[in-house]
Amino acid sequence: MIARILAVAAAEFALARRNRWVLMATVIMTRFALALTFAGAAPTGALGVDLLTVSVASMTTLSVYLAPLLALMMAFEAIAGEAERGGLALLLTYPVSRGELLLGKFAAQLAILAFAFAIGFGAAGAAAALAGGAGTESLIALARLIGTSVLLGASFLALGYAVSAIAGSATAAAGLAAGLWLVFVVLYDLGLLGAVVLDDGGTFTRSVFPWLLTVNPADAFRLWNVAAADGVALATGMTGAANALPAWAAPAALLLWPLLALGLARFAFGRVEP
Amino acid sequence: MTDSPALALDGVVKRYGRAEVLTGINLAVKSGERLALLGHNGAGKSTLMKLVLGLTALSAGKIAVAGAAPGSAAARQASAYLPEAVSFHRLLTGREQLRLFARLAGETPRAVEPLLERVGLGEAAGRRIGTWSKGMRQRLGLAQVLLGRPQVALLDEPTSGLDPISRHELYAIIDEIAARGTAVVIASHALTEVEAQTDRIAILRQGRLVADSTLAALRARAGLPIRLRLTAQRDDAAEIHAQLGGERVNGTAVELRCRPDEKMDRLARIAALGGLVADVEVTPPSLEDLYRHYSGLDASGEKRR
Repeated sequence: MIARILAVAAAEFALARRNRWVLMATVIMTRFALALTFAGAAPTGALGVDLLTVSVASMTTLSVYLAPLLALMMAFEAIAGEAERGGLALLLTYPVSRGELLLGKFAAQLAILAFAFAIGFGAAGAAAALAGGAGTESLIALARLIGTSVLLGASFLALGYAVSAIAGSATAAAGLAAGLWLVFVVLYDLGLLGAVVLDDGGTFTRSVFPWLLTVNPADAFRLWNVAAADGVALATGMTGAANALPAWAAPAALLLWPLLALGLARFAFGRVEP
Repeated sequence: MTDSPALALDGVVKRYGRAEVLTGINLAVKSGERLALLGHNGAGKSTLMKLVLGLTALSAGKIAVAGAAPGSAAARQASAYLPEAVSFHRLLTGREQLRLFARLAGETPRAVEPLLERVGLGEAAGRRIGTWSKGMRQRLGLAQVLLGRPQVALLDEPTSGLDPISRHELYAIIDEIAARGTAVVIASHALTEVEAQTDRIAILRQGRLVADSTLAALRARAGLPIRLRLTAQRDDAAEIHAQLGGERVNGTAVELRCRPDEKMDRLARIAALGGLVADVEVTPPSLEDLYRHYSGLDASGEKRR
């Protein structure tokens, strides 16, 4: 089983390298991370934290947008594209299960995302540390940012596969993926914001709202990074919601999401007839 | 293993919604046998293959691939498939693509090199498939069929869009696959090729199996007329026509038609004409005629009934 997963992953990795996906993802991450780090250098003095802390806070916001986007862009073709080319039928006549195919693609694409995050955030982090200093806490925050970004990417890769299996064509899958990004990253937060404003500090805001944040992997990601580091919380201003939840809530949500989404993708893939 | 067929279909039915695409198909293919599966578009050939491969579920009936249920790990291990429009990743090299298949089939990646040589892709294997010709891609498709010594090979239109030389090479490899004891099923439109290259012919018509036998047996059963074309010695076709009847083709030739059992009698009468006849050409009904007969088309290609 492992051998077959690795075989699929190796081919997928070779494809991503030739597609320039590895290069593109890494360049995008690095550029944005560096730009944000130096654009965000101003508030260090006012908040009394080192530059790396501020940089991690800015990159957390960046990752909320970019990690799901990159993951969905890589994943949406995985099943629909393969089926359209006619390659899926042939693959499935081999003694490889649909679960193994999915895990192979997942392993390769997640490795690429992890590489891009590590290089991008790592480079920006190093630049910030050199320019404005870094402490143990801010270094841990940087490591946490990279790790949680990988988890966030994993969630959206798996969601992308689910969409790819449901859509039927690569074009429809692309549309659905864009919709998914919009809902999870933009509309969900806007909806919650609206509800909080209407509620005006009532029970919803105090007890329901923080939990609703953990339901969305993008928000769970934000919460985890914020709750775990005071400096980052200070720089992002998300302390309120983070303090209302037990410490395990956001990490549990972000760890569960990739598993749930993979299960969903496997279920949807099972219904695909090539 | 020699007794039980490598591939057995028993009362196979496939429905999509209310439409019945395949009805009561019984078919058995022995090890080493080459079966041509004929039928026009929509007759159910590809659906039949998908059922055998476990890519779509049976509505009724039973299929055994080397004794195993279609789609099971054992059946997938025992079968190989060449899809009609075979399409590989354009960005992978031929070697990388075949290695992926080898590893999925449980073979070592080393098994790939001799196969690439065998199908004549040894040189090109390091280049991306996107730069290859259609014939090369089809040969790569056959190379993956050769992986893992399958007991059943299903080839969907393996020669469509290929030039005659490539086709010839392809059939040489198909013969080799069968010679190794693999039961080969070839779905095809290319009737004239299949005629020489297969042991048995099955014809699907609107989801039903209307013929399943050797070419000779199908000919005998159909009882289609044999054509005798006589060339006159001294442009004397009129004399021959007067004696034997038939149809004047042009100034020098006459065409006769007769039932298979009348053939020898007719030839004796032709021989009795002696010097009048310069040449006789005997043409048995072609596979195309048989195909038209069994698939319910008349000579002009219109549907009968």
